[in-house]
Amino acid sequence: MRIAIEQLTKHFEATLVLDRVNLEIGEREFIGLLGPSGSGKTTLLRILAGLEFADEGRVLFDGKEAQALPIADRQVGMVFQHYALFGHMTVFNNVAFGLKVRSRKSRPKGKEIAERVERLLHLVQLDGLGERFPAQLSGGQRQRVALARALATEPKVLLLDEPFGALDAKVRVELRRWLRDLHDSTGLTTIFVTHDQEEALALADRVAVMATGRIEQVGTPTEVYEGPQSPFVYDFLGRTNAFDCAIERGRARLGDKEFPVNGLADGPAIAFVRPHDVVLCLPDNSEPSEDAKLPDAATVRLVTALGPKAWVELSYDSQVVAAEITRDALAKLGMRPGSRCTLQLRLPCFFARR
Amino acid sequence: MTEIATTAQAPPPVRLPLTEAAHIRVALIGLALSFLAFFLVLPLIVVFVEAFREGVRVYLAALSEPEARAAIRLTVLTAAICVPLNTAFGLAAAWSITKFQFRGKSLLLTLIDVPFSVSPVVAGLVYVLLFGLQGLFGAWLTAHGIKIIFAVPGIALATLFVTLPFVARELIPLMDSQRTTQEEAAVVLGANGRQIFWRVTLPNIKWGLLYGVLLCNGRAIGEFGAVAVVSGHIIGLTNTMPLHIEVLYNDYAFAAAFAVASLLTLMALVTLAIKTVLEWRLGSAAGAARVH
Repeated sequence: MRIAIEQLTKHFEATLVLDRVNLEIGEREFIGLLGPSGSGKTTLLRILAGLEFADEGRVLFDGKEAQALPIADRQVGMVFQHYALFGHMTVFNNVAFGLKVRSRKSRPKGKEIAERVERLLHLVQLDGLGERFPAQLSGGQRQRVALARALATEPKVLLLDEPFGALDAKVRVELRRWLRDLHDSTGLTTIFVTHDQEEALALADRVAVMATGRIEQVGTPTEVYEGPQSPFVYDFLGRTNAFDCAIERGRARLGDKEFPVNGLADGPAIAFVRPHDVVLCLPDNSEPSEDAKLPDAATVRLVTALGPKAWVELSYDSQVVAAEITRDALAKLGMRPGSRCTLQLRLPCFFARR
Repeated sequence: MTEIATTAQAPPPVRLPLTEAAHIRVALIGLALSFLAFFLVLPLIVVFVEAFREGVRVYLAALSEPEARAAIRLTVLTAAICVPLNTAFGLAAAWSITKFQFRGKSLLLTLIDVPFSVSPVVAGLVYVLLFGLQGLFGAWLTAHGIKIIFAVPGIALATLFVTLPFVARELIPLMDSQRTTQEEAAVVLGANGRQIFWRVTLPNIKWGLLYGVLLCNGRAIGEFGAVAVVSGHIIGLTNTMPLHIEVLYNDYAFAAAFAVASLLTLMALVTLAIKTVLEWRLGSAAGAARVH
């Protein structure tokens, strides 16, 4: 199902939670709404589900105004943040609920319901657990029951509110893969809400980054990660180092290099650099490089080696700089707290100083 | 619930800083227990001892005489009217207070507590002033031949007033803690309001609801003050069990008074027993719910 969100605005009392939000979602697309808490992403999801109504704007499901449709006719399935399973019902009855509450005319027969529930439990890899109660399941299992329950009514759109929020890290990564496969095999349009940028970037076809009720940027994970359009998006998508710089005649000066910048006025600016784009060199290194080399030396304050990567925190000119380098590079450079080194900055991203 | 939480853990090997020394604990527990024994258990025993003082035959006779049976019937009737009505009201009030936002919500919450804070005698008097012969609607009611005060409707009304908060007060905190996510899930799955109530909301609150109903029932059976004002003490007609006991006692029919009193006490004890069982179930259900 195609979904079009047009100029959607919503207030809670006097607080503006959605501010003229526009978003087009394609058939069978897997889209992530990414933002900090309070950015309006959950409200947007709840409007799509029919649990909230917008003050202004429209939501179109395949070109039809959705807010006029009764919830039952929207063909939407939803997985809630803490799953909201019916604690007094067995897993089987939880999954069957959406079918059993249908009017007699459209309700499948008991045997048909049972077959469909069994099929769904098989799909979510919970065969044989139909007679358990939610309290007897692990977090990951409950999450999958919630999914099976949402899928039982054969929705065209699947809405997921922080689907992995309550799970521990290992289960989260497993379920992430599995959910992506499930989406690809069912042909649903899936929209999920998360505040975890890694999750959104790893899982979604496109990511919509939200802040204070607005969509800041929409694009594929690569587009958004490599071409953030605002300091907020850049900052939200990962750890950030910020350096002061200046723009003159359409070129930004950073360290010993100049970079062309488009659409930025002359004046003070900020250069953002990801920790993995900070290259550490020994102070006597004079090899030519395309990266911007900072004039002064930095001092290593802290080294944390973790797996194949090493985190290095340095102080440079009264600011803290974080660098992510390989363990090999760390060994080669022999960095330890107190060591001196020069910094080279790759792929800086420039924004005007506000 | 906190008790369950603490006993579930292994007992700590050393004395906790907040635990008192052994002799203080023994003294405190002993004091509480002897207080309970003196003021609660002893009177209970006395009721039954006095009731059977003149033998089982007198006891049974006291209960089977027409006035006593009329009083028992009226008490049961009053409870049968008040408990369902206040259950319905309590459900509606708790539902609207916990699931919706509306103006005057805190006012409604305060109003529900009025019967707790107003003396039952005052409650009875209010009904007399409203529906009595000299009351606000008295003339109109008389003209239409409707009798409320000094009749069964008055007793039911007064009891209704006094027992109004029990179900609502029990359900509001419970439903508040459960919020509305399960109902929302049911809505998205296509359930209508009736289905959501019967299949999701009610099963989630059933133990709390039963508990509230029992408390309400206990009070409906035992209410004295409000009913005494509106009843008129017409023996065999408008005497409930508590009123009948008073009449018997004032007539120096001690054995009979205690016989009826023992029956009332027995009803209360049964209610208490069911309540304890429910509390235990409610506690373990709340414990299971927290696992989520």
